[in-house]
Amino acid sequence: MEDGNASARPRRATGRLCSICNQRKAALKRPKTLEQICRECFYSVFEDEIHSVIVDNNLFRPGERVAVAASGGKDSTVLAYVMSQLNCRHNYGLDLFLLSVDEGITGYRDDSLETVKRNEIEYGLPLKVVSYKDLYGWTMDEIVKTIGLKNNCTFCGVFRRQALDRGAALMEADKIVTGHNADDIAETVLLNILRGDIARLSRCTFITTGEDGPIPRCKPFKYSYEKEIVMYAYFKKLDYFSTECIYSPNAYRGFAREFIKDLERIRPRAILDIIKSGENFRIATSTKMPEQGTCVRCGYISSQKLCKACLLLEGLNRGLPKLGIGRTRGSNGVKKHVEHRNSNTEVSDSNLESKQCGTLNF
Amino acid sequence: MHLTLEFGGGLELLCGSVKTHSVDVKSEPGEHELKMRDLLSWTKSNLIKERPEMFMKGNTVRPGVLVLINDCDWELCGGLDTELEEKDVVVFISTLHGG
Ligand SMILES: [Zn+2]
Ligand SMILES: [Zn+2]
Ligand SMILES: [Zn+2]
Repeated sequence: MEDGNASARPRRATGRLCSICNQRKAALKRPKTLEQICRECFYSVFEDEIHSVIVDNNLFRPGERVAVAASGGKDSTVLAYVMSQLNCRHNYGLDLFLLSVDEGITGYRDDSLETVKRNEIEYGLPLKVVSYKDLYGWTMDEIVKTIGLKNNCTFCGVFRRQALDRGAALMEADKIVTGHNADDIAETVLLNILRGDIARLSRCTFITTGEDGPIPRCKPFKYSYEKEIVMYAYFKKLDYFSTECIYSPNAYRGFAREFIKDLERIRPRAILDIIKSGENFRIATSTKMPEQGTCVRCGYISSQKLCKACLLLEGLNRGLPKLGIGRTRGSNGVKKHVEHRNSNTEVSDSNLESKQCGTLNF
Repeated sequence: MHLTLEFGGGLELLCGSVKTHSVDVKSEPGEHELKMRDLLSWTKSNLIKERPEMFMKGNTVRPGVLVLINDCDWELCGGLDTELEEKDVVVFISTLHGG
C-alpha cells in the first residue's frame, strides 16, 4: 500500500538535482534564468531578488508607514507575505498594513475580503477596508445598473485608483505598494505602444510613481514573473482568492496578456526584454509632461479642473452617466486614440496603470 | 490508472467549482503508456464543463496555466511527453485569473 505521498516516490526523468544547492530535487524551472531549482533555493532567490530590488531602488525609508494594496488575489497576497517577511528579516523598520477596497460587487468582494481578513491574521498585518459607497456614494453594482456593462471598466479603474489613495491618506500612509508583476508591466508597455501613448509608456515602467504627489506608489514585484509568484503561493500554501470579475469584458487587454504568455513560452526572457524596451523608450522621449494640478472638488491630483473620478461622479449624480467617458483629453496635449472595436460605444479605460477589473490588483 | 487532478487559480470554475478530482483514466490496451498529452485531452472531454479555451490552446495547456506533477514543475519532467504513473497527483493552476 502506498502512503499517498506521491512526491516521495522516485520518478522517471525527475531525479535532477537543484542547480544551486546540488542537494535537493529540483521542483521548478525559473523562467528568468531557466535554472532548475529546488523549493528551498527558490524561496531564497525569489525573496532575495525582491530585497535587492527594494534596496537598489531605495523604495523605503525606515519608519515609513506603508500600505500594501490587498485585493486577496495572488499578487497582493504574496506581496503582503513577502513584505512582512523582508521587513522583519532585514529590519526595514516599516509600519506595514493591508489596505483593501470594497467596490460593492455582490458576491465578489465578500469572498476576497474574507481572504484578506485571513491574511490579516496570518501575516500579523492590520487591515483597513474602504468602500466605494463610503467614498463615492455609489457601489459598483449601482453604477453598472445605471450605465450598463460596456463602460464600467472606466469606472473600475478610476475609482479604484482614488479609493486606494484616499484610504491610504486616511490611514496616514507614506507609501503604497502594489502587486504589479513583470508580466503586468510588460503587458502595459505593449498596450501603451499599441496606443502610441509615449508619456504613459515611459511612466509605466517606473518602479515608483507619484513621487510628486502626496503618496507615492511602488512595485516591488516589477521584475518578478507571474509564474514564480504563483509557484511561490502554491508551494507556501498561501491562501489567495481567484475569480473573474463579473464585470470584466476588457478583451483588448486580454489579447495583450495572451500575446505575452505566448512569447514567454517561446522565450521566457521576452517579458524582461519588453520592460527593458519600455525603460529605454523614456530616454528618447522629449514629450512634454503634463502640469499637475489638483481637482477643485476633492483635491486629488488632476491636470484638469475636475479629476476623472469627480467628473464620472458628476455624470452619475446628474443622470448623465456617459459624461467623462469617451474621448479622454490627452493629458500631454496629444489627442489620444480611443479604441472603437466591435461596438462604437466601447471605450478603453484611459489609465493603463489599473488592470482590468478581472484582475483586481489595483 | 488512478490519478488525482487538482485545479486552482480559477480553473476550478471550469469544472463545476470542484478543485480536487479523483479519477480513473484508461490507457488504451496495446497503446503506449498514458502520457500528459493523453491526460490533457481526457481532462478536456471529461472534466472541463465550460470554456475549454481557458484550459487548453492547441494540443497543450493554455499559456499561463502552470502544471505540476507530484509537486514538480512539468517543464522539468518532460511536459506533454511525461509518462504518468499510478497515483500521480497532477495540479493545474491558472495564473490568468485575479490579481
Ligand atoms: Zn536547491
Ligand atoms: Zn471593470
Ligand atoms: Zn476630484
